[in-house]
Amino acid sequence: MSTRRAQEQRRREHLTGLLRTMLLIRRFEEACAELYSAARIRGFVHLYVGEEAVATGITAALGRDDWVVSTYREHGHALARGLPLDAVMAEMFGRQTGVSRGRGGSMHLFDRAHGFVGGNAVVGGGLPLAVGLALADRMQGRDRVTACFFGDGAVAEGEFHECMNLAALWRLPVLFCCENNRYAMGTALAKEHAETDLALRASSYGVAAWPVDGMDVLAVEDAARRGVEDVRGGGGPVFLELRTYRYRAHSMYDPDRYRDKDEISAWKEHDPIDALCARMRQDALLPDGTRERLAEEVACLVDAAVEVAEQAPLEPVEDLTRFVTSEVEPEVVAG
Amino acid sequence: MTTTARPQEVGRTTVETTYREALREAIREALRADDRVFLMGEDVGSYGGCFAVSLGLLEEFGPERIRDTPLSESAFVGAGIGAALAGLRPIVEIMTVNFSLLALDQIMNNAASLLHMSGGQFNVPLVVRMTTGAGRQLAAQHSHSLEGWYAHIPGIRIVAPATLEDARGMLATALRDPDPVLVFEHGSLYNMKGTLDAAAGAVDIDRAAVRRPGEDLTLITYGGTLGKALDAAERLAADDISAEVIDLRTLRPLDDATIIGSVRRTRRAVVVDEGWRSGGLSAELSARIMEQALFDLEAPVARVCSAEVPMPYPRHLEEAALPQVETIVRAARDVVG
Repeated sequence: MSTRRAQEQRRREHLTGLLRTMLLIRRFEEACAELYSAARIRGFVHLYVGEEAVATGITAALGRDDWVVSTYREHGHALARGLPLDAVMAEMFGRQTGVSRGRGGSMHLFDRAHGFVGGNAVVGGGLPLAVGLALADRMQGRDRVTACFFGDGAVAEGEFHECMNLAALWRLPVLFCCENNRYAMGTALAKEHAETDLALRASSYGVAAWPVDGMDVLAVEDAARRGVEDVRGGGGPVFLELRTYRYRAHSMYDPDRYRDKDEISAWKEHDPIDALCARMRQDALLPDGTRERLAEEVACLVDAAVEVAEQAPLEPVEDLTRFVTSEVEPEVVAG
Repeated sequence: MTTTARPQEVGRTTVETTYREALREAIREALRADDRVFLMGEDVGSYGGCFAVSLGLLEEFGPERIRDTPLSESAFVGAGIGAALAGLRPIVEIMTVNFSLLALDQIMNNAASLLHMSGGQFNVPLVVRMTTGAGRQLAAQHSHSLEGWYAHIPGIRIVAPATLEDARGMLATALRDPDPVLVFEHGSLYNMKGTLDAAAGAVDIDRAAVRRPGEDLTLITYGGTLGKALDAAERLAADDISAEVIDLRTLRPLDDATIIGSVRRTRRAVVVDEGWRSGGLSAELSARIMEQALFDLEAPVARVCSAEVPMPYPRHLEEAALPQVETIVRAARDVVG
């Protein structure tokens, strides 16, 4: 095989992988909506439909040892990062086999093996953690990057500004991934921010920052690779403003009264999955039937995950108060 | 375990020191013993610490490990949590307890919750030190005793060193704890002088201590009011009332065995707490005594707490608002009858 053909094949495999991840996230989220509506899962459930390109593109640029700090809208981040589908679904059902033993639920997915430091239900609450993870990595001479997801709403929080300043001041290896989906719950961007150019806000702290089309997975991946390279190279933090949109309401509780249907339809014209398929077709990288086959494959996996989760054991009530304090002896330090 | 107020043994080498110096020596020892330990907070470096606890440490350990931070409590406390998750052993200093309210989200929603939310995957070996308490005419926003609030939260340990031994010894043990520990240092104690065993080191942070044995009632206190309780016990002794004084040392988890054991024996209890009475630590202690020793009591549990008022500035009003030796003595006499 010629080098060119080998390159083309690698590219096809890579793009097919991105497509599959986005399809998996979308199917997972649709299943969650169905399960929630049928009262089979509970709690606050915040869906990521429409925003798949962001998680998929960012995580594609990360290394195995890098950290990911997430938000309450985190199913997509977790799946893109490679957390096992069955364990993520089991968490929705509050089962012992869930990524957080069922104790976290939709908003608190954690997986140490994947460097996934959880979803945070408090807007902006993950940013200081990301700063600290990065500080420890730098102090210990590791070249890890911490990717920290948060939304446009978090930019109005004090913690955002404290963390931009601190990360820039100490030149910490954080990739700040601002998912600007234009709404802080039900409040539109222009109603919550005096200056709606969020990259500009971040750059005022001396952080390299730029906007990215968050509906284009390749643009996201490209920006993330540039960002990760800068950050890992010791250039200090980078802020990406990923302009995206959620198709569904803020959470399953939200009646979605604050935006009109035309706006949602207009954004669906820029659907990230359709956009990637169009691009692949244009480059002759998407054989007929591939999208449908992948969609069918992930649907089967999600269905199977639901079945497995529903059969999985629950945490015993006797263990209610476990994990309040650690179940290890205090360490003995020499000296 | 320390069981008396001044536990030196004859013949051992002792050093003259202060509470402040004992804290500093504990930090210095921790930094020397373990590369993962570092101190971070507002003005801990060049300034030497708001209360001069870390004076000189910057010169000895450098700016990476004695790390001045911006005035961003939430960010640097959260950064301490993140650094702890990633393998370090941070000591975060919050200048005073009122500023900790700006970091309450991080302390409660992250430090105290991460282990449980993650199903046991992410423990947070973090130590947060802060100054607490009134008595220095610092008015309403700088005189809180909120350690009782923090003691409400599962997932964190709360300690309050009231003696030189504990100022010297609690930090090392707190740093070995796999979970978050909040250390409350009462502002009136920094200048407390005394002698300390030259070989003083780590102490337990599980048990309350009987600082003065007695038979007729138990005074239960901690931190900044321990000295007042001991003075009250001395005054009561002059009237032939023998008061036992318990220093809680650790406010969460409470050492029920020591508290209840003492009250069962003395059959009377007065809780002395610089926090407010309503919904406070004194209420918790009183409830535990009621739950576990009601039928051993000769009198209802009494409480001497701070007046329910934002702390006023003038000395006479501040003194009137705080537990004092006289008010403790009066409460003790009332329960003895």
